[in-house]
Amino acid sequence: MLQMKGITKNYPSVIANDKISFDVKIGEIHALLGENGAGKSTLMNVLYGLQNLDNGEIFINGQQIHISSPKVAADAGIGMVHQHFMLVENMTALENVMLGLHQAKPPLLDIKGTREKFNSIVEKYGLVVDPDLPVWQLSVGEQQWLEIIKLLFRDVKLLILDEPTAVLTPAEAHQLFTTLRFLISEGRSIVFITHKLDEVQEIADRITVLRDGKLVGTLNKEEASSFQLSTMMVGRSVTLERRPRPIITEKSPVVVIEDLQCKNERGLTALKSINLTMYSGEILGVAGVDGNGQRELAECITGLHLPTHGKINILGKLVSKVVDDSSLLGFIPEDRHRTGLILDFTVYENLVMRTYKDPPFDWHGKTNWGKVKTFAKELIKRYDIRTPTEIVLVNTLSGGNQQKVVVARETNGQPSVVIASQPTRGLDLGAIETLHELLIKERNRGAAVMFISTELSEVMALSDRIIVMFNGEIMGEMDGENANVLHVGEMMMGHRIEN
Amino acid sequence: MLVGAFTGVAIALITKNFALAVIGAIVAGGLLSLIFAYLAVSRRGDQMVTGFGVNLLATGLTLVLLPYLNAIRTRTVLFPVIDAGFLKDIPLLGPMIFDQSIGVWMALILTPMSMWVLYKTTWGLSLRAVGENSKAVATAGLSVIKLRYIGVLLGGLFAGLGGAFLALNNIGFFVANMTQSRGFIVLAALVVGKWNPLYFGIACILFGAADALQLRAQAFGSVLPYQVYLMLPYLLTIAALAGLVGRTQAPKEYAKPYDPTQA
Repeated sequence: MLQMKGITKNYPSVIANDKISFDVKIGEIHALLGENGAGKSTLMNVLYGLQNLDNGEIFINGQQIHISSPKVAADAGIGMVHQHFMLVENMTALENVMLGLHQAKPPLLDIKGTREKFNSIVEKYGLVVDPDLPVWQLSVGEQQWLEIIKLLFRDVKLLILDEPTAVLTPAEAHQLFTTLRFLISEGRSIVFITHKLDEVQEIADRITVLRDGKLVGTLNKEEASSFQLSTMMVGRSVTLERRPRPIITEKSPVVVIEDLQCKNERGLTALKSINLTMYSGEILGVAGVDGNGQRELAECITGLHLPTHGKINILGKLVSKVVDDSSLLGFIPEDRHRTGLILDFTVYENLVMRTYKDPPFDWHGKTNWGKVKTFAKELIKRYDIRTPTEIVLVNTLSGGNQQKVVVARETNGQPSVVIASQPTRGLDLGAIETLHELLIKERNRGAAVMFISTELSEVMALSDRIIVMFNGEIMGEMDGENANVLHVGEMMMGHRIEN
Repeated sequence: MLVGAFTGVAIALITKNFALAVIGAIVAGGLLSLIFAYLAVSRRGDQMVTGFGVNLLATGLTLVLLPYLNAIRTRTVLFPVIDAGFLKDIPLLGPMIFDQSIGVWMALILTPMSMWVLYKTTWGLSLRAVGENSKAVATAGLSVIKLRYIGVLLGGLFAGLGGAFLALNNIGFFVANMTQSRGFIVLAALVVGKWNPLYFGIACILFGAADALQLRAQAFGSVLPYQVYLMLPYLLTIAALAGLVGRTQAPKEYAKPYDPTQA
């Protein structure tokens, strides 16, 4: 029913869509697969008239159509559920449905008739929402049902769902899939945007893969294996297999932690007597369910959080305040948006945030911005930060590149210790790989690296040594090369295992 | 409001026609609001700054034109009082209820009417939504710019009418800066009235009562200095902001410009 040919969309600095062709048949679920920033959302925004295309043609049921606004798309029977819901939070579910909808007796609102139709849709499609509750009282799942109900009121023939399961619980996702299958049985078509492979294989009839704004290919469900899809998505085979590394025999203690205890922000005990030594040329993986003292441990080592008992020495020096020496310690905090970066600052300002007071950037209290920019250009090149120039705001970069800015700032001074707290959270596969490589590089240089992650597979892939934290204690320690996943899993649940 | 008051008085003096004066005041208020709408909606200017700009323009403009108005020395027409006949003679209630000008009745009728429009018509729904989530309105196929223009224009029309009432209800002449920032007190009434037309109307009556009290306190003498009564609207607003009236939620996109290119 839909054909898109040679769709091209340029942004000031990147080509978001490069001659993409895409089609949807009547009664099928067509998955649009790709990493963050691959151009999936742009392609669909073009189709929905939110963005004008620079080049290309769109046909609906064989007829060419120029989609200049969402209204044109809606009139053509296309509806979209955006990743960020288009709902008015202070209005009821029913009012949201009536917004912009043709009423029986305009300009009067047909509240009674709409409510009846609302309830019949709820019943028919199994999308349970109370029409009289304001949207802010609905759960995220219910808000998504409401978005779909809005589209069904308009009797759309083609539904576009942008990453619909990102906000759903497993049970809700299951309900969504059931509803979607029912919708296609009625002769509607669905475009399902996602970056999750398992969902694609569960729900899609055909799969189109995008990468870096280009079309990689379209496959039928039967011919698509996970391996093939993931290869198409990132352009190389992705494995979270153990990373090869040179063996470093000379290891010296860098960070020595003795009987460390501390409290969290709410005054509760966060760490109970931690004894730990970090060695040079070693990645120490910290596994554990989120909130078991990992963050406090990282912040104590960096001096951001003061212990109530015990002491930490870095190269023989006691940590008593924030460690600001960039040749001693680099810290990649767990929330790059709030702690790692100032999003409204430029790339070069963020890169120099730790060292702007040091020579050669500081000249009698005045910052030499020329030198800062030269320095930033060099780091952008060295760390392969994908940014048009050094003077763009950091918030215009993709998540992976934002994290590279943090890593570049924290490690260019060749610190003896690198603390990385959940550095890969929210990044796509390609960016995760790059980040792992950067940390391995730091290790090979001779730094003592701490890698904190809640993703067990990552910890297993990257660490030379693994400790598991539970409830503010270290449950056990093992060699990264021969660690047993089951043992680590047991320890994460709070069981001690004697090796 | 100031421009409405001025225009109303001017037309009333020149034409001696009450209806023309009120319509003129409304149109003047609307025209001024269109300047604001262009700056704030089309040009996406900061609404605080442009709002103050338009305000200063109104003050200045009326001051510049005032000498021409003062040159005309005749009596103006006033808002006619609805004569309720014998009902006026009921003690206490009579003069309170049945001796009011049509301006008062208009205020009492327009409030529930606007409430009905806002909550029971498609158009009112869209107007409410456009201040909450303009993107949702745009994806529903409606024009955000058009709706916001209409919203600002309506505000201007009502302000013009308010100005006409202020000047022509019983004084019948224009005084420099005669509104005394009543427009800003309306913002306070919105907070106290929890952004709900009905409560908002009640808040306005309350604020008006405080004003009436201070006038009488000045005229007849009172134990408390009259400034205490003047203070009441502001005290109420602070109490409202401190959460005494419960959850007051301003529209989500209050004073935020709409940029259709922002994804």
